[in-house]
Amino acid sequence: MFFSNPYPLTPDLIQFMKQQGMTLIVRTITRLTVGFIMLFGLYIMFHGHLTPGGGFVGGVIFALAFVHLMFAYGKRVALKKFSPSSASIAESIGALLFVSVALFGIIAGYFFINFLPVGKPFEIVSAGTIPVSNIAIFLKVGAGLFSIFLALTLTTIITQKTENTDEKIKL
Amino acid sequence: MIYLLTLVLFCTGLYAVLVKKNLIKIIIGISIMEYAINLFFVLIGYKHGGVFPIISKSDIISKPYTLNPELTMVDPLPQALILTAIVIGLATTALLAAIAVRLYEKTGTFDITKMRKLHG
Amino acid sequence: MADIKFYLPLFIALPLSGAFLVSLLGKKFKVFSYAVTVGVCALMTFISLSVYFGEPMLGVVTYKMSGWPLPYGIVFVVDALGLLVLTMINTVAFIVALYSIPYVKRYTASWKYYTLYLLMVAGMNGVAATGDIFNLFVFLEIASIASYGLVAFGVEAEELEASFKYMVLGTLGSLLFLLAIGFIYALTGTLNLADISQKLPLIDAMPKNFIIILLIVGLGIKAALVPFHSWLPDAYSSAPAPISAMFSGVLIKTHGVYALVRILFNVFGLTQMTSGIFMFLGSASMLIGVLLALYQWDFKRLLAYHSISQIGYAILGIGLGTPLGVLGGLFHLVNHAIFKSLLFLNAGAVEYETGTRDLSKMGGLREQMPVTANTSLIASMSIAGIPPFNGFWSKLIIIMAAVQANQYLWATVAVISSILTLASFLKVQKYAFSGHSHGMFEKIKEVPFAMMAAMIIFAFLCLLTSLPVVRERLIIPAVNALLDGRYGEKVLAADKK
Repeated sequence: MFFSNPYPLTPDLIQFMKQQGMTLIVRTITRLTVGFIMLFGLYIMFHGHLTPGGGFVGGVIFALAFVHLMFAYGKRVALKKFSPSSASIAESIGALLFVSVALFGIIAGYFFINFLPVGKPFEIVSAGTIPVSNIAIFLKVGAGLFSIFLALTLTTIITQKTENTDEKIKL
Repeated sequence: MIYLLTLVLFCTGLYAVLVKKNLIKIIIGISIMEYAINLFFVLIGYKHGGVFPIISKSDIISKPYTLNPELTMVDPLPQALILTAIVIGLATTALLAAIAVRLYEKTGTFDITKMRKLHG
Repeated sequence: MADIKFYLPLFIALPLSGAFLVSLLGKKFKVFSYAVTVGVCALMTFISLSVYFGEPMLGVVTYKMSGWPLPYGIVFVVDALGLLVLTMINTVAFIVALYSIPYVKRYTASWKYYTLYLLMVAGMNGVAATGDIFNLFVFLEIASIASYGLVAFGVEAEELEASFKYMVLGTLGSLLFLLAIGFIYALTGTLNLADISQKLPLIDAMPKNFIIILLIVGLGIKAALVPFHSWLPDAYSSAPAPISAMFSGVLIKTHGVYALVRILFNVFGLTQMTSGIFMFLGSASMLIGVLLALYQWDFKRLLAYHSISQIGYAILGIGLGTPLGVLGGLFHLVNHAIFKSLLFLNAGAVEYETGTRDLSKMGGLREQMPVTANTSLIASMSIAGIPPFNGFWSKLIIIMAAVQANQYLWATVAVISSILTLASFLKVQKYAFSGHSHGMFEKIKEVPFAMMAAMIIFAFLCLLTSLPVVRERLIIPAVNALLDGRYGEKVLAADKK
């Protein structure tokens, strides 16, 4: 669902994709680093209850990895990896997860109460509901920030699309 | 003394909002005001010679200050508040920028004096 | 009957989860989006009303978030005033959601409308229920950001411009409020409203007055009091009609009046200075709002200026500080929520059928749209203060209270504004509904059933709230809660239980 392909690859499209984006150097370095950036975002998110960071920061880093991809390879490639509709779905799921963590607390006594076992300090599985909330915030912020970026660049997408179709007709 | 500098920063932002005609400059002015207030909050929590308010594993074993955190740690609460305020500021700025872009699409200008359809 | 303590977090959790469910599924299933919205609002209205018809609420109920004790954790507090505001928000939200169903169909992405609508309701409920000043700021911003989006919902140049203007001023107000929170935290070292009220008597008068000014300017922008009102007419006339009704009915009241009054009365305590500023700003809003409304020809813009004017009445009544004045002010807030929402819904109905908001182009609509015409007649009589309707009683109480407190000047201003309001609404009735048809609107018919039902419910509420039993049951406990000087002690005691 998250990595579905809304644009089937035709020879025309491949030709077109090669024209978009930045130079070869940027593309190569992006290809090498973008995985590590995502991994770092996940690390920050999963260690949110132990070190500075958390769901928000991790989500921002994860979204920036996609923004990075978009700068280097152009819109089509990035949108193929993470389309606006799947971003919207991820955002809603994150928010619903967060609210349901809070609502399950009512069953345990109070709204937002930490109903899971707390565990030992400084271990990765500890702190009860905090890591779950971090995952929810990660989804919400990562998808939300990427959607904001897409919404702000949407107008340029429209104008570029018309220009490119003109070019294709000429070719 | 340093509190006055945040006041100066706040007034810089307010000047940009009140005087500038360009939508983008108004947005920048609002961001500057937000940063001034964030800085003010962080300064409220600051203590001279304080350390960051995080307890790590090695601290519990070696450092003595965790035994009396009120003495040496800076106040963590304003920092937590500011994280929230930054998130809200992000949302507002993003919405402002989005609307500015759409306005540019509709009117073809960023100048507020040229798009006066309303007069309230 | 119902224990408010259990239901309190639901007022925030239900609309939030409803909003995200709509954004998840509303795109595929159109029915789902408004079914969830109406259902959530109906449920919350039912909860808040059932608390009212249970035992009368005298004390304070607190709800500790995640079980933390009071000075450390975030706490929800509801007393009679908070319950009054919660009931007002949810009832108006329910009826307006009903009205929205046919109205919003003409927009392409109607599920986005319902998402933002529910987020706005969640933010307003949070403002009414919270007992923590920073939490109040956060909820205020949730509702504000949702409302910025809703003003720009039509995505035409006019709406975008109004939204931008509203957003710049609204953000400025929020930032000033945040600055005030910073000063309060620096002086008292706490963010809990009850705890602040306990520690404030130890602070000097000078920084306290500075904070009060910051709060009045910051939240006054949200309440659209007169020197800070310039965003309001644009935003109201550009937003979709149900949203204008929500803004005028409840948003500026919870954001501006409720938050301001709660902090300044229950936390800071009413001083001579605050009272004077309130009365001055209230009277200025009253008079200038109605004078600016007189020469408007845009139906919704005219109503927007009347909103400024009527909020001025409430602020004047509350600012008097006497029990009678506060009773009048709060009563007028409730009445204004009903009749002004109804008037905006009427304006929306006329615009829905005729496609224009210009009063000079309408005429003779009474024959084609009898329900809209008659409900708007009731609402106009209410707002102008004609005796059997609710607006008369609250204005009468405010003017009586002003005379009793020897504020003859402000009482005169209130009477003059009332007469001008009557004149302005005579114009609306004459040009829009009676008179001869211009021949342009021969083919139009009455609006769809859900819109009619919403307007009829509001018209009944106009009559219902003029009964004295409503005043005794709804408003007087809230007045006692507001004027009780022991808010902080009561909350702390309720927390220990």
